[in-house]
Parts: sequence; C-alpha cells; structure tokens
Amino acid sequence: MKTVEKVKWMESEQNKFLYKPAIHFHNVSFEVGDTKILDAITGSFPTNQITVLVGPSGAGKTTLLKMCNGLLSPTTGEITVQGQTIHEMSPIDLRRKAGMVLQNSPMIAGSVYDNLALPLRLQGKTLSKEKALDILDQVGLEGEYLERDSQYLSGGQQQKVSIARTLLNQSKILLMDEITSALDPSSLNEVEDLIRKLHEEHAITVIWITHNLEQARRMGQYAWIMVDGKLVDAGEISVLDDSDIPSVHRFLKGDFA
Amino acid sequence: MSTTALFLTLIFVLIPLVLSKTLGLQLEKDTIIATIRSTVQLVAVGFVLKFVFDSESYLFIFLMVVLMIGAAVQNARKKGEGIKGITWKLIVTFVLLEVLTQSILLGFKIVPATAQYIISLTGMVIGNSMVLAILFLNRFVAEVEAHRPESELILSLGGTPKQAIHKQLIRSIQASMIPTIESQKTIGLVQLPGMMSGQIIAGADPLEAVQFQILVIFLLLTTAALTSVCLGLLSYPTLFNERMQMLQRQEHSK
Repeated sequence: MKTVEKVKWMESEQNKFLYKPAIHFHNVSFEVGDTKILDAITGSFPTNQITVLVGPSGAGKTTLLKMCNGLLSPTTGEITVQGQTIHEMSPIDLRRKAGMVLQNSPMIAGSVYDNLALPLRLQGKTLSKEKALDILDQVGLEGEYLERDSQYLSGGQQQKVSIARTLLNQSKILLMDEITSALDPSSLNEVEDLIRKLHEEHAITVIWITHNLEQARRMGQYAWIMVDGKLVDAGEISVLDDSDIPSVHRFLKGDFA
Repeated sequence: MSTTALFLTLIFVLIPLVLSKTLGLQLEKDTIIATIRSTVQLVAVGFVLKFVFDSESYLFIFLMVVLMIGAAVQNARKKGEGIKGITWKLIVTFVLLEVLTQSILLGFKIVPATAQYIISLTGMVIGNSMVLAILFLNRFVAEVEAHRPESELILSLGGTPKQAIHKQLIRSIQASMIPTIESQKTIGLVQLPGMMSGQIIAGADPLEAVQFQILVIFLLLTTAALTSVCLGLLSYPTLFNERMQMLQRQEHSK
C-alpha cells in the first residue's frame, strides 16, 4: 500500500478510533535558505502508541520532532496536536503538552533536585520533596540521588533524570531523540523498560527517534520511515520488514550509512 | 611643554619601531598609522575644544556630545553584529546614560554647567560606556552561542525567552562590570588615573584633583551598571521570534 493510501486508510471512519492522531502533519515543509529539510510531510502519530521514527542521518527526523514541541515552525503546511492547530496554541502550552527529551539533554548546574524542579520553577512553583522522590522512584533511581550533583551522574542516570524532568510537566506526549544512543547495554535496557512502563501506566504517546533498528522493532508499535526529508513509508511496526518501497529497502540494508 | 620637547617624545615611537624591525614583529606600519592618527585626532580635538570652550555656546556643546555618542556607537556596533538593530540599542543606551548622568551632575549643581565640565565628563562617561558595551556584547554573543542547548532545554520545558536567556544575561552583565569594580579597588595604589595625573601635571592641587577623581569613579560605576543592564535588556528579545523560538545566529542579525 502506498503511503498516501495508508494515511487515508488510517484516517478512514472505521480506523479513526484506533488511530486517533496525537499529532498530525498536513503537507509540512521546512526550508533553511535554499535547502529543503522537510518535504511535504503528511501523516500522523497515533495516540497512546509508541511510534518509532527511523531513517538515515540528515533525513529531517530531529527537525520534525522539534516542530512537535514548537521549537521550530514549518515553512509551509500545518501541524495539529491533539486536534488543535499549533499556531493557534501558545508555545508554552504546546511545549508542556508535548515534552521533549534530547540525545544529550543538558543538565542545568546543580543537584538532581534542581533539575527535576526546573519545569515547575519556570511556572513560579516549587517541587515538593515527596513528589521529587516519587518521580525518581518512577524512573528507577533511588532517593539518595536527589541531592547528588547532576554533572557527576552517568549517561544513563542523566537520561533518566531528563525523562523525569520532562514528565513533571504532565506531558501526555513524549518526544525522544536518540535517548539511548550513548548508553551501555544495561542502561539501554533500563531506559527501554522505563519508557514501556510509562507508556502503559500513564497512557503516554511516545514518538521515538532511533538509529537502532532492533530497538525500533522491540519498542515500536507504529513506525515512520524518513529519507531525504520525505516520509517514505509509515504503518504498523511490521512495515520495517515488509515495506515494498525501494528507498526503505536501501535504508534497511544500510545503503545510506 | 616646548616644541622641541614635543618632538623629542617621538623617541617613544622610535623604540617600538626599532624593536619591531629588529625582531620581525611586522608592526611598523600599524605603529606609524597609530602615531599619525592619534596625533592628528588629538590636535584636531584640541582646536575643536578650544573653539567650543571659547564660544560658550550650548549648541556647540550639544553637537560635541552628539559627535562623541556617534563615534562610540560606530565603534561598539561591530561587536554586536549578531544582534538585530544593535545601532539603535547602543544609541538608546548612550543617550539614556548621558541624560541621566548630566541631569544629576548639573541638576544638583555638583559641577558647573560649562563646556569644560560637560564635555570632559561626557567623554569619560561615553568612552567608558563604549568599552563596557564592547565587553558586554562580546561576552553576551559568546555566552548565547555556548549555552544554546540549555536555552533550548528551558524553552522546550515551557520556559519563556527571558527565562531561557536569564543566566547568560546575568553572567555577561557581571563579566562586563567586574573590570570597572576591580580597577577601582586598587585605584591610587597601583596606578594614578589619567585624569588625575593630567590635572596634577598641569599644576592643580593634588587634593582637588582627587576630589574630581572620586566624582569620576562613582560616575563610572553608574556607567558600568547602566550600560550593560540597558544593553542586555534591549538585546535579548531579538534572539527570539514571536513563537518563542531561539533564532539561529544568521537569522537574528537580519
């Protein structure tokens, strides 16, 4: 099935409930100068699903993710988040609704508590110690970490803190960019388990950029494959194995690397 | 100083020229240009000041102040090329500073409203403000670039542009003010300020020279604080667009 047909199928009456889009792109392009980073993207990230976003470097995945969080705006086209067009939403509301965790999310100088308290501090509120301990527990870090200097945490611990920090905004959509690429195998497993748990317990929609196709197959329920700024295929996770699109085959065989 | 004595000061130009030539420093050309420029500029300003002081006309005083501010803007704006509308921001800062300091000085009759005082003190205030502005802009542009990930993190968590840039702004203001504060701590111990030395050489009573120097150092504290705070508050909004997105460097200079 062609991508366009798939999108139509997803949006058809009988599948609307199943694939209610958390984020929908309509003909979205993004240009910097004369360079086209994203080219007429149309498609959806289904609600309450883990969508993995795969594709070679330079395909425009991070740009797309930043748009979902409002850090970038499309040059043309329209994005809706939970049914609302993003340029009608206040950037602050959008960013709290769709939280982002980056590849190397920076820690602000200070303790783990200072980092966790950041989202609330930005709203002029304080984070209670109980709440902080609770969220640390949820991401699998022990309470003793609360007063540790964030700069001295391991890569895996920092990623857990940055996931916890994003969750404190009560985000229902979690945008993640290569969050496990710098982690050792055991930390990687822990982060994957954590995301699975958060997704199941809190019904969080996850959009996850990964270069690790095994991880994509393990974690994803739904997949987007991007090449050269275009969405070349999308669908249930099995699309990674049975796509009939030539550029997807070339990507999966590693021809773009 | 006699004319012969003045010519003999050229020895102080010859020494660096000889050193530059001998050691291959390749600074001869720049040294000669600097010598000629400084001589011509100072002689010219000497004549202009004599004319303005003799005329006692407020119009000429005003024009002199405008000229000083214009030159300071021209010099400082190169450092802020990454910031949109930096020329106007510098003009607003310098004018605000000039109006505030002169209002206090003349309003409270701290100094008489004559050309000597107005122009000399303006020169010191605007001159120092210009150096401060350059220090501030250098630091601010570097801080913004170096801490872009932190700023984007704060924005991505729903922070405002002001929150996203707050630390960089504070650090840049501090960095530009510290030299003024530090140099004032050792003033009189390590170096005698130029203005005071000049007055003493010209034959003024050292205690009277000290009184004016105290006035000047206090004035320069205000200059330092006001320049960096004013420039900082005027500059940071241009780093963001109306969707609270942080612009790339080439974008915010457009």
